Amino acid sequence: MKELLLILVPLVAAAAAALWPHNRTRPWFLPAAGLAHAFLAFGLLLNPPAAPYHAWLGFDPLARAMLPAVSLLFLGCSAYGVPYLRLRAERSNRVFVPAFLAALGLMSAAHMARHLGVLWIATEAVTLCSVPLLHFNNTPRAFEATWKYLLVGGTGIALSLLGSFCLGYASLHGGGVGDLTFTGLMAQGQGLSRPWVLIAWVLLLVGYGTKMGLAPMHTWKPDAYGEAPGIVGAMLAGGVTTVAFTAVLRVRAVVDAAGAGVVASRTLLAIGLFSTLVAALFLLSARDFKRMLAYSSVEHMGILSIGAAVGGIGLWAAFFHVWNNSMTKGALFLSAGNIRRAAGGRTIDEVSGMSLITPRSAALFVAGLFAVTACPPFGPFFSELLIVKSAFATGHGLAAALFLVCLLLAFFGLTRVVFAIVYGRPRQAAREMDPRFRETLAVIVPPVVLLLLSLVLGLATPDLLREAWTAAVQQLSPVL
Amino acid sequence: MNGLLNLLIGLAMGLNLVALGTSRLPSLIRVAALQGVVLGIMPLVIEQEFRGLLLVVAAATMAMKGLVIPALLRRAMRTANIDRDLYPLIGFVPSLLLGAAGMMGAVVLARRLPLLPEHHESLLVAGAMASVFTGLLLLIGRSKAISQVCGYLILENGIYLFGLLLIHSVPLLVEGGILLDLTVAVFVIGIIVDRIQRAFDTLDTRKLTVLRE
Repeated sequence: MKELLLILVPLVAAAAAALWPHNRTRPWFLPAAGLAHAFLAFGLLLNPPAAPYHAWLGFDPLARAMLPAVSLLFLGCSAYGVPYLRLRAERSNRVFVPAFLAALGLMSAAHMARHLGVLWIATEAVTLCSVPLLHFNNTPRAFEATWKYLLVGGTGIALSLLGSFCLGYASLHGGGVGDLTFTGLMAQGQGLSRPWVLIAWVLLLVGYGTKMGLAPMHTWKPDAYGEAPGIVGAMLAGGVTTVAFTAVLRVRAVVDAAGAGVVASRTLLAIGLFSTLVAALFLLSARDFKRMLAYSSVEHMGILSIGAAVGGIGLWAAFFHVWNNSMTKGALFLSAGNIRRAAGGRTIDEVSGMSLITPRSAALFVAGLFAVTACPPFGPFFSELLIVKSAFATGHGLAAALFLVCLLLAFFGLTRVVFAIVYGRPRQAAREMDPRFRETLAVIVPPVVLLLLSLVLGLATPDLLREAWTAAVQQLSPVL
Repeated sequence: MNGLLNLLIGLAMGLNLVALGTSRLPSLIRVAALQGVVLGIMPLVIEQEFRGLLLVVAAATMAMKGLVIPALLRRAMRTANIDRDLYPLIGFVPSLLLGAAGMMGAVVLARRLPLLPEHHESLLVAGAMASVFTGLLLLIGRSKAISQVCGYLILENGIYLFGLLLIHSVPLLVEGGILLDLTVAVFVIGIIVDRIQRAFDTLDTRKLTVLRE
């Protein structure tokens, strides 16, 4: 029952924060809840609860392989959130802080959801919780981004509900008695009605793929990431996408069990390659460094799908990549937030010479760039290498080659933007920088820690995590 | 039972066409609301028994879809003081033709899908697909934020229709959760509509073009 605390603690903290009367001290709820959540998550990672799990919610191997990464990212973001919200003291955070906390609780619930309906409810609730986070800046641009997020995300989530119903009907048609837990559906296996399973797979992939930000359903992403505060961008890119990926994996395991695994792998591979390609092409023309991060996120979601499509070692590498993605995206978004605040602009036309104005954040941003483009010795290098290797080993040579070309193009695109803003002479606008912004330890340490974690993951992947990922792979493909 | 149910589904499908053909915002809201009420009656027709929880869910659906959400949209429309005419991106006649074609396609497709014996005579699948298609058409083809919300509502109604196939297998708790989520979704959309109006002085989403590549 300890695992339910992962959901309850943040939700209770959210309620308490909503009632807390002081704007100045309210942000401290974030690191407090984040710390408690991280302790719980890592405690459960060390001592996983014994099976059998509750039918609807449970800290099963899949949740164990993913949730601690989100918890760690949240802790980093919440530590950064305190100084960030102090800088924004003029805005009330009465909605922001509770919504951020509630999002954590609901993300935990979505990771642990073992029932088709519960999974949908939790994912939808996460989407709704992030709405007030997106328009925290209250600018017209922020509302425009929020509207697109709601409309595209809402339609996606509606289609995933339709997909869930179709999967339910597949079970009913195959003689099921209405057991919509993933365990029950997988046990029914070949008994599921095949046409309905395929319809469900397409709808669910489109639905949860929208949430993940796979191309061509990624259109909300650049706007939302560009307009949201840095900590929100980091949580969306490293946490919410992980939720959606977990959902896709759970559904895919059912499709696999129903004997349509080949179709599922093929669609995942195609959509993954398309995402990396689209992201790479957009990165080559990106001018705004926060929108650039969104396209980088699209690219990494593509990488995850490719890993999942390859299966076996590839899937294992995808879990590894989830962790790397969360840590590096956290470091990048937080340092980008610092640069954005000091520079007063966001495109390479407005910003340059940040290595002189914010030397520490700029250095971090460059280091993060190398991490996210999979340069050794950072974690993403090892996970992507493993995905490429397993793709070659399973006869996906052509796909792996295309994938490598996309990675190279993305590398060009990212370095172009990052070096344009870091080097050169500072612009006039930036010299009159936000007088309240200083590169204090509080805004530097969280991204540094996240980046170091990415380094550690690459150089010395803890055996505990290796074992957790193996267990998750076994849960999803019991034959292996 | 199937006769009455099919009559209601046919009514809902007819309302889809009305929604596509209407040129006025208030009547679009009214159509979406009426469709919601028609949908709310269906679980009672299917179950033909009046258990407490079922009654609560049906009543809540009708109240939400038929009263609360339309009232919210009307309020947004009034405070925003917007022009009541819809400026379609896809014209009314093309939308109607597309909608009719989609409806026929849905009926044909539903016949070809494997269904349980008790659903063979029912229009549920066809109605669901037609409503989903109508909803998507309205989402793409209308430019006002509120009319897009109506499109979203009709899309949701289609999904609800499909959900009725599973009425015996989805626990009511989950069903209630889904209903709650959808309601909150529309509430949140309503609030954002209000903010967009204040920030941009318009609810024409064609004006939301600052962010683009």
